[in-house]
Formats: sequence, structure tokens, C-alpha cells
Amino acid sequence: MTIMGSDLTRQTAAVLAEAIRTGEASAAEVTQAHLDRISSVDERVHAFLHVDTEAALESARSVDTKRSSGEVLGPLAGVPLALKDVLTMRGVPTTCGSRMLENWRPPYDSSVVERLRAADIVILGKTNMDEFAMGSSTEHSAYGPSHNPWDLERIPGGSGGGSAAALAAFEAPLAIGTDTGGSIRQPAAVTGTVGVKPTYGGVPRYGLVALASSLDQAGPCARTVMDTALLHSIIAGYDPRDSTSINAPVPDVVAAAAKADVRGMRIGIVTELNGEGYQAGVAQRFRESLAILEHLGAEIIEVGCPSFEYALGAYYLILPSEASSNLARFDGMRYGLRVGDDGSHSVEQVMSLTREAGFGAEVKRRIMLGTYALSSGYYDAYYGSAQKVRTLIMRDFASAFESVDVLVSPTAPTTAFKIGEKIDDPLAMYLNDIATIPVNLAGNAAMSLPVGLAPEDGLPVGFQIMAPPMADDRLYLVGAALESALYDQWGHLLIEEAPAL
Amino acid sequence: MSTAMPETIPYDEALNLFEPVFGLEVHVEMGTNSKMFCSCPTAFGGEPNTQVCPVCLGLPGSMPVVNRTAVESTIRIGLALNCTIAEWCRFARKNYFYPDMPKDYQISQYDEPLCSNGYLDVTVATVEGPKVVRVEIERVHMEEDTGKLTHAGGATGRIHGADYSLVDYNRAGIPLIEIVTKPVAGAGHLVADVAKAYVAELRDLMRALGVSDVRMEEGSLRCDVNLSLNKPGSPMGTRSETKNVNSLRSVERAVRSEVERQSALLTAGGRVVQETRHFHEDIGRSTSGRSKEQAEDYRYFPEPDLVPIAPSPAWIDELRSTLPELPSAKRSRLEAEWGITPFELATVVNAGALDLVEETIEAGVESAAARKWWTGELLRTANDQGIELADLPVTPAHIARVEALVADGSLNDKLARQVFEGVIAGEGDVDEVITSRGLAVVSDDAALLAAIDEALVAQPDVAEKIRSGKVQAAGAIVGAVMKSTRGQADAAKVRALLLDRLGVTEA
Ligand SMILES: [Zn+2]
Repeated sequence: MTIMGSDLTRQTAAVLAEAIRTGEASAAEVTQAHLDRISSVDERVHAFLHVDTEAALESARSVDTKRSSGEVLGPLAGVPLALKDVLTMRGVPTTCGSRMLENWRPPYDSSVVERLRAADIVILGKTNMDEFAMGSSTEHSAYGPSHNPWDLERIPGGSGGGSAAALAAFEAPLAIGTDTGGSIRQPAAVTGTVGVKPTYGGVPRYGLVALASSLDQAGPCARTVMDTALLHSIIAGYDPRDSTSINAPVPDVVAAAAKADVRGMRIGIVTELNGEGYQAGVAQRFRESLAILEHLGAEIIEVGCPSFEYALGAYYLILPSEASSNLARFDGMRYGLRVGDDGSHSVEQVMSLTREAGFGAEVKRRIMLGTYALSSGYYDAYYGSAQKVRTLIMRDFASAFESVDVLVSPTAPTTAFKIGEKIDDPLAMYLNDIATIPVNLAGNAAMSLPVGLAPEDGLPVGFQIMAPPMADDRLYLVGAALESALYDQWGHLLIEEAPAL
Repeated sequence: MSTAMPETIPYDEALNLFEPVFGLEVHVEMGTNSKMFCSCPTAFGGEPNTQVCPVCLGLPGSMPVVNRTAVESTIRIGLALNCTIAEWCRFARKNYFYPDMPKDYQISQYDEPLCSNGYLDVTVATVEGPKVVRVEIERVHMEEDTGKLTHAGGATGRIHGADYSLVDYNRAGIPLIEIVTKPVAGAGHLVADVAKAYVAELRDLMRALGVSDVRMEEGSLRCDVNLSLNKPGSPMGTRSETKNVNSLRSVERAVRSEVERQSALLTAGGRVVQETRHFHEDIGRSTSGRSKEQAEDYRYFPEPDLVPIAPSPAWIDELRSTLPELPSAKRSRLEAEWGITPFELATVVNAGALDLVEETIEAGVESAAARKWWTGELLRTANDQGIELADLPVTPAHIARVEALVADGSLNDKLARQVFEGVIAGEGDVDEVITSRGLAVVSDDAALLAAIDEALVAQPDVAEKIRSGKVQAAGAIVGAVMKSTRGQADAAKVRALLLDRLGVTEA
């Protein structure tokens, strides 16, 4: 195989890494190609909030130096990556899509960034997101929305829409997202890319600016299942700085992606996620995918998860409660925005003015919801009940996984909607995550991968696979098998059908 | 209410009218080397904001990790206080905005404390002798300290009215133990003494366990005093909470002043407001703070960044086996071993000399002599220098050496004091000081006889009196000899030599 003369930005991460290892392409060339692509398309896509050109080129050159001095390079060494702007990176702006942190440069690297650096992955910059990861469209970013490369009038999903858009626009072959209720999977679904929310505790959260600590999970995003697996294996694993991180061996996701075999597997359709409310083309591509899996040798079984009905309600109590506390520290006292410090305002007034000016409407809405849900006299009815629902959802999953190996559903109810279409209807926006939220509440692992375009609008449809905690490898077995069958059917990856920008 | 109503009623008079109920919340800084949730050092006195990291500054993305030693210390305290240790418990977030709080929430424990339902017996002195009072413990839990604010400008030193405020986060995240009593009723006139004795006993316990050195002057023990009064036979009254009570003396004064204030209010037909009051060490009184009737809602919920603590029975047993002899048991034992009264032992304890005296006795010194040195001369010196006895350069071994030299006649009491003076001044150990200062007792008979003769010649009339049998006049000659030998003689020996010289015997 040769990639010389081809467009380096159209390659998979695995191919690029191999080319860099063999010397067919230098890391600097690969990085430069992506920086050029960003220069030419990102004005329209707006995937990035910050591009770190010099640092990216410098780290690429150091990979080339290592190679020329004979060092053995890692499986993704020299491959460029887009980092969601919610993970700290020393000295590089980390805004979380908020005015509150507009000029904040963290003095430390997150665990994920440390691991990316150690793997010689080249971090191109930070990607756009809904403010503090609250949203499903990036329309809640204080810095303006990102645009879906399939149709620039449409949303790229959220909160990690910037990372997904960067992949779909061929600005980077790898990206990091974070998923609290679907923020990796729903953007993957609407951009025709792959995203995995690992088991809660599978990837350390140290340095991930918390939205809802008990739900947040960073994970890998790419254009193929194998690239996703390679990135997954680099960022996953125990870190003592995160007490909730799991001290156990990481499932062998790369081997699973290579095996790509569903023969004899029992695949469950969740009754509660298989009913009404899905766009016709979404439901159609989902059914077709089930047929493919059955044809590949899997057994399809329907299982009931009755408590999923209450997942959205529980989620919108737990998330705002934790967020109201996690976001309290943004008070203008120590870092970030400070408003009203003119000698005429008290400390309390400066805190209030800063929070009034620094947070957007959606953030304020959720802080108020959470503050209310935790307040004395309401705690048991709201936060307490939500935790009970959470336990019931875990039990539903546990009993389902007694009879099936993985569960599947469409990732999102619709394809990408138009920018501005749902911005004034928070409930409609929240419903985007109806199928992704149960996994976050239970702490399971899940993947979204592209399974075709909806006939009615020609936009990508995502297929969700859910596995038990610490069985992330099953996602890759099923995902890679399905991806491979679809590739054979189409003769290319779905993303190749995206319009040129 | 009448404006002529007295502001206070004297303590004893007040307690003839009302029954007091008190409760104490004591916060103690643990003596761990690192902070509660990060590895920053806890040493006192560093330059502001030098002992900080992303975690204790609450930077976005940072996460806490529990200090295992702090958990062990808390369990050991719980065991020493006869508490039940939780099989499973969690940390909780206490949410409120304040600039000394890096995260605008404090990681604490709420409805699932690590230790609960214990007790501590304390002894108070009464006219009828020592009385033991059981103080029941509601809970013992851990939490993190806040930073320290300094308010510049303005008259009060408080945040309101200050020109600007500075904050030092070195203290933020230092592990704190909070020990909360159940309401203590029935102490009557002893209420202030019981409260003080309880805090003193806790302090001794912390020190014995080695979990904190409890340096009150550095603010490492802080109390909140809850107090209410009720008429005999009536239900418990409305309580006030007095904060900022940071010394043993203040505990006593805070209780007394609150008894006096509330009793005056109630007697005049007023009512006690449920409020937070601030105690002022300088004036020995409290002033009204925030009213609890508009109480803050802390919106507690389980800390999602930490996993539950589930101490295994084996670990608890292991920690139980590390418990030292507890202060009350140790006191009973020492009273018996040393043959002294509780009052005499209290003198030693109050001087902070218990361990020093014990070690001195172990080094071979008689109990009386050991106590005499530590609670007498050495305590005075330490007090003059404003330091703890244990911080003097004098050691139990020094005392043992001096006592041995006194016993064999090489030193007398006066010389011994000079030896310690030299040791404290840094002149070396006991023998070095004796050599350099030339402090040996003059035991050379010829030299002493020469001095005696000289004194007899100088005072012929006294010499005559002694010869004529008035032996009590010998003191003047002995005194003159001691003076001429600059105290370096054994007075008894001088007297014996003198009488022998003059051929008289003791009457
Ligand atoms: Zn620290």
C-alpha cells in the first residue's frame, strides 16, 4: 500500500501511523496537511476553538526525530488529534465553550493529555462544545456553533460537536470527546463518525472539567472502529488520581476490533428504545443493520428494560444537581472571568455579576434546576428519587445482560437538525439523548457507528451498541463486524459520501 | 422589653434559676504530613499560597483522593471515644459560596459519619471531690479545612467594610476531624467546668493517639459551643451557637458568658434567638452574628468524585491494636504508681509535664524530685520564655544525672539550678556545664576548715556563743562559709566540721 501522492487527510489513523513508522510520510507532513485542511475549511465548519500550530508541528518533528534515531514508535505515534476543550492541557486555553474561562490556561495536563503525549499523538488544538458540555448541538457554545460537514446549515451534535465535525471534515483522523448523556455518541451519529463512551471509570477523569461527576466519561472518536479502538487502548486504564477509575486490566479492544466477529453472539433489542419517536430513515437503517448482524451469525433477541422510561427524568435531576455544585467554583475569585471588581461592589456582588455575565442561558437553567433539586425539603423527592431510578436502570441492564451479550438501539431519534431549530425548546433538545442516557446512568460502555444515510434527507444515521461495564471489547467485536459488512456493501466508508467542503 | 433590663445575671445566680444544656463541636487539625485530598504539605507557617496544587486550589478538572492516614486517624479517634465505626460511609459536599473555599463547596461528611455513638468520661473538681461526667459523642467525621482570609482596612477586621482581602490557600484542604457531642444536660453549676474539662480531655486524647499535636495558639483546635437554658421541668430551650472559641479558657468563658446573657434575656421575659454568635478572646464575650432563622441551605449530597469508605473488620482490629494507653487510664495508673493525689497529678498534667515526669522517673529519679523539677524551676523558665516544657533543652536524662550528683554530695540544690541554667543557655550537657562553670561542691576538708577558721576570726562573738553551748548560733558561721565558697559547699558538712572544730555537740 502506498499513500504517497494521496491526500493525507483522507487516511485512517492506522494507515497514517503505519506510513510514519515506515518512513513513507513524516509526522510533520501529516500534521502540516491537517493544519492546511483546518485553514481551508474551519472558517465554515468551526470545529476548533484554538489551533496550536507551533506546538503541533514541534511535537510532530519530535516524533520524526525519535523515528530517525531508531526509537520504536507507538501504534498512533505522529497521528494528529483534536481535543475537546473540556480537558486541561498545560498552558493551552481551556474554555469549556464558556466566556467564564475565556482566558484561562491551566497549569497542568489532564490524565488523557498525558497519555496522548506519552503515545506521541500530535494534539492539533481544542474543539468547540456546548458550554460546560450542556447541550446536543454546540449551539450553546459561547463562541458560536460548529457546523455539520454533511450540511453546514445543520448541527454536528453536542456537546462534543466540534470533535465530531473535525473528524467528518477531515481536519483530524482522531478526536477525544466526553460523554455525560450522549455527548460522544450523538455527535458521532449525526456526523457519520464513530464514538465510544467507555465504561465509567475506564478512562481517568483527572483534568476533565466536570459537568456531572458521576456520569462524565472521556472517550475515543474516529472515522473507523479500528482507529477508535487504537485510541481507546491508549487513553484507558487506571489512574490513582481519579478515585472512581477502575483498577483492572483494560479489555483488549484492539484485538476485538481486529476479530470483528459476531457469530454466536446474542444481540438484544431494547423494547423501550425500539418504539415510536424515531425518524423513518433512522428506524429503517437500524432494522437493516439488525438483519446484517443476524446474517453474520448473531442471534437477535428482544429484551425489556422497563425503567428506561424514567431515565430522562432521573438524568435531568442528577446532572443539574451535580453540575450546580461542580460549577460553583466559577465565582471570579481565583481564575477566569471577573466582573464588577471596581471598588464599588462587595465580594458577593462580584461573584453574582461574574456568574451572571459568564454563564449562558442553558448553564444557568441547569444550575437553577440542580440547586432546587438539592435544596432541603426537596432532596428526597428529586435527587433521592432519581438515584433510586438509577439503581433500577442498573438492574434492568444487569438482567438484560443475563440473556444477551450486547444491547443495541438507534443512537439518536433523528438525523442532524437545522441550527436554530430546537434552540428555544429545551425539552425537544433533551429528547435527543433519550437512547444514550441510560448507559451513563448505569456506567456501562457504548458505541455509536454510522450505518447509512436516511433516505428522506440523505444524512447519516447512527447505530448504538451497549455492553456491560468493563466489557468494552464487545462493542468493538460487533461494531467492527457491522462496519466491515457495510463497507463490503458500499465499497467505501460512509464518510466518503460526505460532500466536499 | 424594658430598656432597664440587666444585660447579664451572675453565673451562679443564673444557674439557680435555669438548667443548662450544652453541646460542643470541636474541629481539630490532624497532624498528617499531607493534606486531606492531595499530597501538598501541611506544615504551618509557609509563605502564603506556596503549599498548593490544582486539587487544593479546586482548579477545574482536578479531583480529590482520600488521605489514608487521615482515615486511620479518624477511626483510631472513634475507637478511643468508644464509637461505632461505620461499615460503609461516604463523603458529602457542603455547598456554600465563600472566597476562602476554592471549590465553593467543602468535602465533608453529612448523614454517614465514619464514627458515631460514643462517649468520653471527664473528671471535674467539686467541693465534694472529683466528679466523673459522661459526655456522649454523636459523631466523629473528617473534612477539609478552608483557606485563611485576611481583611485589610476597615475597622472590624471582618470582610464587611474591608478595603480588600487576601486569601492564603495553604490551609485549604488540611484534614480536620470534627467531633460532635450529643446535648449534655444535668451539669448545673458545673456546666462551664464540664465543657472545659471535655475539651482538655479531648486534647490529651488527640496527643496520646498522636493524631494531632493540638497547638491551640496556631488554631489547630477550634470549638463551637451550643448552649440553651430552660426552667427546671421545662423542655430544652432555644440554643445559640458560639463560634471562634479557640482555647480552653475561652470554652469556659464562652459558656459562662452565654449562661449569664441568656438568663438575663429569659428572666426579663425575652426569648433567645437561634443564632450564630462570635466569641471575642480579648473581651471574653460573644457578639451576635448571622441568625439561624434564615439558615443557609448547604444542599448536601454524596461526593461523586470519591468512592465510599468501607473499613474491613480486620483493618479496624489492626487499628484498635495500635491504640495507646488512654489519658484517663494512664492518670489512674500513675496516681497509684507514684503514690500521689489526683490534685498533685493535675498539677503535672496542667504543666504539660506528664510524659517528661514519667520518663524522668524511668531514668531512675524519685517521683517527688522529678515532679519538683518539672513543675517548679523548669516550668517557670518555660513560662518566662513563652515555650512548652517539652521545648526546653533539658531532658529527663539531664535531671537523672543531676539528681545522681546531688545524692553523692557532688552538687547541692543551689548548684543544681545553676547547672540547668547552663544547659538551657546552651552551654552543653550537665557535666560540661559543671566543668565550665566550676560548680563542684567543695568537699576538701582542709579547704573548708580554713574557711571556717576565717569566719570564726571574723565573728569572734558568735564563736564564743557557740562554744558556750548556743549551737543555734552556728548558722551565721555556716552562712559565712557558704558565701565565701560561693555556695559550692555542702552546708550540713560545714556545720558538722564547725561543731567538731569548737568541740561542741548538737543539743
Ligand atoms: Zn494540594
